[in-house]
Amino acid sequence: MADYPVHEYDVLVIGAGGAGLRAAIESSAAGAKTGVVTKSLLGKAHTVMAEGGMAAAMGNVDERDNWRVHFADTMRGGQYLNNCRMAELHAQEAPARVKELEAWGAIFDRTKDGRILQRNFGGHRYPRLAHVGDRTGLEMIRTLQDHGIHQGIEVHAEHTILTLLKDGGRCVGAFGYDREKGRFHLFHAKAVVLATGGIGRAFQVTSNSWEYTADGQALAYQAGAALLDMEFVQFHPTGMVWPPSVKGILVTEGVRGEGGVLRNKEGKRFMFDDIPENYRSQTADTPEEGWRYTQGDKSARRPPELLTRDHVARCINREVRAGRGSPHGGVFLDIAWIKEKLPNAAEHIKKKLPSMYHQFKQLADLDITQEPMEIGPTTHYMMGGVQVDGDTQMSAVPGLFAAGECAAGLHGANRLGGNSLSDLLVFGKRAGEYAAKFAKENSAGKINSAEVEAAAKRAVEPFERGAAGENPFAVQHELQEMMQKLVGIVRVENEMQDALSEIPKLQARAARAGIGGNREYNTGWHTALDLDNLLAISEIVAIAGIERKESRGAHFRDDYPDKSAEWGKYNLKITKGPDGKPSVERMPVCPLTDEMKKCIEEQK
Amino acid sequence: MSTATFQIWRGERGSGKFVDYTTEYEAGMVVLDVVHRIQAAQANDMAVRWNCKAGKCGSCSAEINGKPRLMCMTRLNQLDLTQAVTVEPMKTFPHVKDLVTDVSWNYEVKKKIQKFTPRKPDAPDGTWRVQQADVDRPQEFRKCIECFLCQDVCHVLRDHNLHDKFIGPRFLIHTAQLEMNPIDAGDRLKALKDDYNIGYCNITKCCTKVCPEEIKITDNAIIPLKERVVDEFYDPLGGLFKVFR
Repeated sequence: MADYPVHEYDVLVIGAGGAGLRAAIESSAAGAKTGVVTKSLLGKAHTVMAEGGMAAAMGNVDERDNWRVHFADTMRGGQYLNNCRMAELHAQEAPARVKELEAWGAIFDRTKDGRILQRNFGGHRYPRLAHVGDRTGLEMIRTLQDHGIHQGIEVHAEHTILTLLKDGGRCVGAFGYDREKGRFHLFHAKAVVLATGGIGRAFQVTSNSWEYTADGQALAYQAGAALLDMEFVQFHPTGMVWPPSVKGILVTEGVRGEGGVLRNKEGKRFMFDDIPENYRSQTADTPEEGWRYTQGDKSARRPPELLTRDHVARCINREVRAGRGSPHGGVFLDIAWIKEKLPNAAEHIKKKLPSMYHQFKQLADLDITQEPMEIGPTTHYMMGGVQVDGDTQMSAVPGLFAAGECAAGLHGANRLGGNSLSDLLVFGKRAGEYAAKFAKENSAGKINSAEVEAAAKRAVEPFERGAAGENPFAVQHELQEMMQKLVGIVRVENEMQDALSEIPKLQARAARAGIGGNREYNTGWHTALDLDNLLAISEIVAIAGIERKESRGAHFRDDYPDKSAEWGKYNLKITKGPDGKPSVERMPVCPLTDEMKKCIEEQK
Repeated sequence: MSTATFQIWRGERGSGKFVDYTTEYEAGMVVLDVVHRIQAAQANDMAVRWNCKAGKCGSCSAEINGKPRLMCMTRLNQLDLTQAVTVEPMKTFPHVKDLVTDVSWNYEVKKKIQKFTPRKPDAPDGTWRVQQADVDRPQEFRKCIECFLCQDVCHVLRDHNLHDKFIGPRFLIHTAQLEMNPIDAGDRLKALKDDYNIGYCNITKCCTKVCPEEIKITDNAIIPLKERVVDEFYDPLGGLFKVFR
């Protein structure tokens, strides 16, 4: 084997967003030598974009809230396909994880009596989201980053992992390159935690940055782990639609939490037209009641704008398709209207939603305190991912753990806003804890040099083909366009089949991708190398989408528009078959305990 | 659709030159869009950092027509497109390639600053009681996205190269948010004077001008910190008072 720099760790964490950093902190605190690999600089991961807050039933604003309600809300939001054990742990442990952040230097917005303030969000019965204006993700990542660097975590910034390494059945490390110089690095670790985030770059309109190329899902799949719930891709209802260059950038649900309403071009609040049966008893009857809810009136029920994301996204889609959309193909999100209700509305909006004010002012020349925004659905979050044990976060591959967005289970068919940041903390901690434990109980595995050499050889092939090869950016763009069109927010069998026949063609082109220049910070090369993961996972999303013949949560099929009780019994599990192709299996959903059933009954 | 010319700095580790690229543009585009368009069609191997494309991560810092800015938040209609627009890397940090610089010094500086050190909790459940009015100021500083444009423009670093002595505006506001956090019990005043050398700042406010988060770095963080250092170490009356306290 060539002489690559070797980094020895007890625990290697891949990804430095909320889940990765929280895992690294926990593992390092447990005495394990911990390294973190991140594709970007430290503190730039997608967590930084999270706006609204982290859900935790602390009951600071409404004392009726507790973990049982949070559990029931999460299960209802996920249409009962969630891993119920994860939903239970999440609801129980989130408050402690939030308070811990404060003890590490986070400064949350406060209640009048000086505690952590909580806000309303879609699908959450009570005000539950601990937040800092609309930049909660930044607060969280900076707090974890600053706490982590003082704890002796070693960070390998701007490094990308190409493959996981195995010794027999067990994961024993990873192999990758640094982006700056383009040199290969070998990471030898007793346990590996995947915390790589989502797959947003498979779609054209997305709130995700360049990093989200399905790395964790693909690395785990290739290493023999199972993927779960891959048909469930969340389209956030409110992304910017204009100007074209910012299409897809997120507009926080917090706008609706603060009283923002959705209107079509006729000025009608269309969300009142379609309220799902299972949410009717929790939803306001009149705009007046909805407004009172957003202002903290405990006797009022939530406005329909705060129904779950899958539903709101579909209603917006319906308005646009029916020709009732806004000029640039979205609908209107109006927070400016609250000046009818509040004397100092403009100042109030700027205080509550500062980065939204800033974003629209700078990018769209629009003052959200005076005019409505134009918004439409954007690819936002992957509910599916690596199948893990609910308690330990270990995958089917011993020594390989996954946490955060790249893991599956907590969110089922649809994630509630605010449950992602708390997911990162709760399961990041658990993954770090159990990875450190695994590292203590197991000795270092053996590196298979043939595996390493094969990955290295393959990685430099784009240079052999040179600039005359396929343009990697063009292949990525075409994949995004195709997935958006054929496996997007509304799906049908024949379109998804078309996607499946397109993917091998794109794979053939990706195999011919070429790049000029040298290996130093060559973004074209990086893009070429990211294509494999993106294509493999896009194919799996389409396969799972075809398989699930019903509409549930984020998965909506025009040819099967109804929810089916039969399909409600299964999750779809995908593994790499003996023929190297994805193999799908129906897996019965995790059975509810009597206690869990009681929690759900109480909230009906 | 119209066309514009962008001169982008190409080269590695200090050597390089502006290369002209002509490209089409549409209404509403920002400089980062143009750079991406050029990268995808004309210069696949061009190095540029970016992530969120919404002014929240602070990755795409560069100097546009000589001014330190985020590429993702600089709209083309703010620029004179009848002339070529220059885009070059930040000058205060070692050059890596094209628009990318080595900003690792910043991460090393942060490690040296005394970490957040909480006082005893106020409530039995381990939490604190803090009023919003008391955290408004540190929250302003915590809006920082670590784009390092303030470091780039600070003449102590840019012109005098005192990276080994002075922590720069980014880390003065980091220190300020720790010092002004009502839960923190640490004391960084001596370090501010002796190790972080706050005295090097002569409040020209260049950092405040370039901050994309509009943090009032000089007025709200650096000046109050300077005052506290003066009170602590240079005030003869105050010193006397401390002796008899």
